[in-house]
Parts: sequence; C-alpha cells; structure tokens
Amino acid sequence: MKRILGEAEHLVRLALVAAVLVVIFFAIRRAVVPVGFGKYGHYRAPSLDDIRARPISFAGHEACEACHDEVVKTKVAGKHAHVNCEACHGPAAKHADDPFNNQAVKPDPATLCVRCHEADAAKPKSFPQVVSREHYGGSGCGDCHNPHHPNGV
Amino acid sequence: MELNRRELLSGVGKFIILSGAARAALENASGAPGVDSQYRMAEHWWGMTIDVGKCIGCGNCVRACAAENGVPKGYFRTWVERYHVSGADLEHPQVDSPDGGFNGFPPRQVGGKNFFVPKLCNHCVDSPCVQSCPVGATYDSPDGVVLVDEKYCVGCRYCIQACPYGCRYLHPTKHTADKCTLCYHRITKGLTTACCEACPTGARQLADLKNPNDPVHEFLRSNNVQILKPYMATRAKVYYKDLDGAVR
Amino acid sequence: MMAITPDVQGFMYPNEVELQWSVLIVLYPYITGLVAGAFILASLSRIFNIAAVKPIYRLSLLTALAFLLVAPLPLQLHLGHPERSFEMYLTPHKTSAMAMFGFVYLWYLLAVLLVEIWLDYRKDIVESAQSRRGPLRWIYAALTLGSYNVSPASRRIDDRVGWIVTLIGIPSAFLLHGYVGFIFGSVKANPWWSTPLMPVVFLFSAMVSGIAAVLVIYQASMRLRGWRADMACLDTVAKYLLYVFVIDFSLEMLDLVHRMYEASESFRALDFMVHTRLFTSQIVVQIYLGTLLPIGLLALTQVWKMREAARRAIYAVAGSLTLVGILAMRWNVVIGGQLFSKSFLGYTTYKMALTTREGLLPAIALMILPFPILWVLVKLFPPWEEHRAT
Repeated sequence: MKRILGEAEHLVRLALVAAVLVVIFFAIRRAVVPVGFGKYGHYRAPSLDDIRARPISFAGHEACEACHDEVVKTKVAGKHAHVNCEACHGPAAKHADDPFNNQAVKPDPATLCVRCHEADAAKPKSFPQVVSREHYGGSGCGDCHNPHHPNGV
Repeated sequence: MELNRRELLSGVGKFIILSGAARAALENASGAPGVDSQYRMAEHWWGMTIDVGKCIGCGNCVRACAAENGVPKGYFRTWVERYHVSGADLEHPQVDSPDGGFNGFPPRQVGGKNFFVPKLCNHCVDSPCVQSCPVGATYDSPDGVVLVDEKYCVGCRYCIQACPYGCRYLHPTKHTADKCTLCYHRITKGLTTACCEACPTGARQLADLKNPNDPVHEFLRSNNVQILKPYMATRAKVYYKDLDGAVR
Repeated sequence: MMAITPDVQGFMYPNEVELQWSVLIVLYPYITGLVAGAFILASLSRIFNIAAVKPIYRLSLLTALAFLLVAPLPLQLHLGHPERSFEMYLTPHKTSAMAMFGFVYLWYLLAVLLVEIWLDYRKDIVESAQSRRGPLRWIYAALTLGSYNVSPASRRIDDRVGWIVTLIGIPSAFLLHGYVGFIFGSVKANPWWSTPLMPVVFLFSAMVSGIAAVLVIYQASMRLRGWRADMACLDTVAKYLLYVFVIDFSLEMLDLVHRMYEASESFRALDFMVHTRLFTSQIVVQIYLGTLLPIGLLALTQVWKMREAARRAIYAVAGSLTLVGILAMRWNVVIGGQLFSKSFLGYTTYKMALTTREGLLPAIALMILPFPILWVLVKLFPPWEEHRAT
C-alpha cells in the first residue's frame, strides 16, 4: 500500500492543489458576497431598500387636492372628475414640495386635449372624440371648454 | 390678548405635531426620497387590472412612466399597442405602436374592429425571467413585485430572452437589465403607480390582492378576465378585462 | 423604432427591435462545440482503443484546451458588467441554466481536460524541467507540482487514472455542450429555441465541428512542418466525421419535419423568416454548402476507391466546409431566434457593428486567438512524438 502511495505521490500533490483552490474559493466567497444576500430569497435584500428610496416625480392627486380645493370643487361636478391633476399637468412633486419656487406646468390645450379626444377608430365608441379640424371650424379647445369642467359652460 | 403658559405650550405643541405631520405627509407625497417604515411587505401582494374597453390610447401612461422612472428614450417599461382586426383572422391582426405610444397614436379612421391594449411587466408569480437569472439580480419581492438589482446585474440579457412578453430591455448607459418596477418606490409609500395616476379614464388600476377591500376582487369576480399568454404558465398578475383573442 | 423604420417589418414589441445577443454569443457555442468534439475524438483512441487515431490524440487535447481557454472571452466582452461576472460562481442561481453551466465549464477545464493533459504529458514535463535551461524551465518545474517520479510504476498509475478521467470526460464533454443547447432549448418564450432536441442537436453538431477542426488542424500543421499526415488516421477520422454528421443532419431534419407537420402558431412566422431573412445563412450556407456538400464529398470517399492525394484534398475541403456550416448553424440559432417578434407579427434586422465591443472585428479576433494559443501549447507540449523520425 505504502509503495503504491509512494508511486502516486504526484496525485496526492494534485489533490492538495485542488483542496487549496477550493479553500481559496470559499474564502473569497465569504469576503465578497454582499451583506444581506439571501435574506428573503436568492437576491441582495438591500436592493429592496435601494429601489424604495428612488425619487418621486408625481405627487399624486391627494397632494394637489390638499391645496387646490377650489379646482376640486369645479372638477367633481364635471366629466373630468376622475381625471387626475397630473394626467394633464404632468409630474408635480417638485411643486408640491416647494409650491412657490416650483411652478406646476400649465399645459397648452392645442396639444393636450387632442391626445385624448382626437377621433380614432380604436377609441371606445362611447368616449367623447371629435375630428379636431372639423370641430367648430377647428377653433381652440379652450375657447369653449373649461379643462376642469369641460361639459359645463 | 394675553397667552397664559398652558395655552402657549399647547399651541407650540400643536404646531410641532402638525408641522411634523405636514412634513411627513409632504415627504410621502413629494420628491423627498426615503423609506416608509410603516410598510410591511407581508401585507401586500401587488398586481394590476387593465380594462381594455376604457383605454383611449392617449399615451399618458407611457409618458408618465418615463418621467417618473427616467426611462431612456427608445426603451419602454410600458407601452400601448393599437390593434386592427378585420374579418375572421384573429391570428393576424395589424398592430402598431409608434414609439410605444409615447405621443399617442396618429388618428386613423378604418373599418373592422379596433382597440388599444396597454402592456407592461406582468409581475408573474412563476416568472421565467427570475428563473433564468444566473446571479440573483432579478427576483420576486416578498410582496409580489419582480425587480432588478442594478448593482448586482451582470448584463447577460438572459432574462430579456426569457420574458415571453417583451417587457425587458438593457439600459443603454447602466448596462443592466431594466423593466417596470410597478413603481415600487411609490406603492410602498401608499401612492399608486405613475401610469395609473396619469391614466385619464381609469383603465389601469393598481391592485393589492391581499387587501380585502381592494376593487380587484370584485373586478376578477364580475368580469371576463384574462392574462396574456396563459399557455406560458407564468401566473401573470396583470389582469385584462375584455381582452380580445387577437391580442398577441 | 417601430414598424415605420425600414429594419422592422410588421409589428415587434417595442423592446424587441434591438437584438440582445450578438455575434459574440454565436461564437461561444461554436467554440465550446469545437472543444467537446475534439475531446470526444481524443477519447476514441483512449477509451475505445481505436489505434488509427492515436497520432492525433495529443493534438486533439491541446486543440480542446486552446479553444476552451478562449471560450469565456466572447461572454466577457458581451456582458454589461464583466467585472461582476464572478458573481456567477459566488452566488449561482440554481434555477438558472447559465449559472449551472459556469460550474460545468469549470469542472470540465480543471477536473477533466487539464488533469488528463497533465497526466499524459507528465513524463515530458519532468524531462523538460530537468533538461531545459532558461525561463521556460520554471514553467515546467511548476507543472511538475514538485514530484519528479516518472518510474514505470508511476506511469502505469498515470495511465490508469488518465483512463478513468477520460471515461468521466466523455459524459462531461457531452454535458459541456449539451448544456449550451439546454441554455437555449429551455427558453420557453422563444419557439425557435424551445425544443427538447436542442441539447442533442447542439451536442452532435459540436462533435461534427470538433472532429472537422482536428481533421483540418492536423492536416494543416503536418503541411506546415513538411511531414505527411498519417493516412489511416485521416481515413478513420473522416469516417467518424461522416457518421456523426449523418446523425446530426438527421436530428436537424427531424426537428424541421416535426415543426412543419405540427404547424403550431409560431411555424408560419418562423418559416417566413427562414425563407427571407435567414435564407442565405440557413439554406445556402448551413444546409447546402455546410452540410449536404461535405456529407456528399465524404460519402464519395467511402463508396468510391480514390487515390490518397484525392482523399486528402477532399478531407481538407469537406472539413473546412463543415466548420463553416456549423458556424452558420450557431448563427442561425442565436441570431435567427431574435429576428422574429414573440408576437409572431413582425421581423427585425441584425445590425452587426464593426469595431465596437460586440462587433465583427472583435469576433474575428476571438476566432483567430485559439491558434496562437495552440501554437504556444504545441511548442510547450509537442504532440508529435511519432513523427520525429519522418
């Protein structure tokens, strides 16, 4: 037996090299795998916090309504009752954060209204839509419609 | 009028509490980043409902998502498709999605059956993209949102190949996989997603399946509901009402 | 970015227009295929004692090693964050075919190929460590691992252990390339890739390409040295190439016939793609020039008694055509799988860059790289024992 091992000494050395490589691998692994990996599943748990901490651009209609209650009163009575403020005014979180230094965007009816209301075959039949250039001689939407209460006069 | 000490203290106290509450409310609503420690992942199971019959193809959702999440131009976390089905050939509709519907659609008057379908990541329960990720950079959060860890992703793009719905892309400057996060940074603070906030007709609604009061339960019970590509067995959590058989 | 752009025909989901996996990902299965094939050829002599192929045993192993060392490079160039690639070893996701493949590769490189080469060459390594002078001596000295025992008894042990390693190596080589097939075949979202036949087709085409590679490299290196390649060896290798090629072609035809017959939803879109955007690479290059022609030429040498010189010429031509054909096959799988929309309503175009990280020039450089590496390996570990006299 010892004689065979003597002849196979190089294989023992090979096995040792392999063992050392394995140990080095696990040592690297211990040092490098990020903290929190595997806490909830096969991923880095702190990633959830990273994503949750991302900045917000849309304030949400409740934030707008906290200050602009006169617009709310006008809106709830009309057809745009369920159209959220930022659907037309765009992201307004900066404005909600610092209202006097950051103005909200006042959209241009010429481009804004047609996006929703330009007639298209794919729009639901019950949805109010017009061919804008034929609608009252192609006049501006704001000439007759109040965007906050479009069906009022 | 003379303030006595008690009134003064009570007034100051109220001021502190109210301003603190106001600040917290503003923080939640506005751009200040932070993590809401009240949020418990185990109490939520997120999805979305889409009423195809209400979508008007305005593209608000696409623009809002891009603004909220800094989506690079030419890539889409959500997009809208316009379908034209003529006759009986359900398998070959004509579909267009100019720039994903970012600027709406050029108006068209045609015959046949036409409708819009918004699409986004379906946050599948048995997500093939999560299955394929070699390192654990894309994962299923405990509250049901499929997310990407951009600090860990190696950019192999296997997940993009594995997604049957085409909702993923490689971020051109970060070189990591990217996709809809269901506005995780918003929904964990009690807000809704940017696309739902911007949708003028309420076609898109965030759904919390663990909340017994969420309208999703009634939605699922009383409507004809489908998920995209059910034969892929992904257990998608975006539920479409009245999804036509022609939708690919 | 939509249907209005000239590169897109019909409708594609907006994020699908740009291809995700480039020519580098075509190279990767090609290179690992060559490795697996070259190794199987080497094992024919070792395990199945086919004496005729003994002359190319060592060359096959070195060829396999040269290509295996280059194999990870196209992947590294492709990754968005190659500096994070080690994560696949640190936190491998057990459900991911790609992650598990990292270990298959590592197993094959370390436990099979390097060990087998070391065991076979140990006597030469020890002799070189003792007789050479200069910096090269240190390389050989390191490789001896400190043991200078090359007695007949120790060599018998080497032979025995090497035999076992080769025996394990055959299924390992199958696993190496079958797994690459599985990486594609398991993607249910892609009907061009998703088939249980994929690992098997990849494996057999790998064997075809590996055998062809050794055939061509053997003839070329003998020509360069001014020696004659052993004819019995060439005849045997060419025969195996023919047999494996016939099996490979049959499997690919089986896949095709099956698809055509079942004609499921994706079929019409895929069929259209093959007849238009993939016509040159699939029908012309892969099938006619790269499969039917070499099979025809090789079959000719089997049914017709030809002079030695004619056979040598045919083997060289058939081998080269085969190499091109299998590269085309990898192209058709990888690129083809991304040219059509998962909506089955449209097609896009692959715009291959020239000089960027994933462009044509780096791809060509990577294909050339194994040859200088092989040259170095051949210099360090000459495989030509038997030919020194001629």
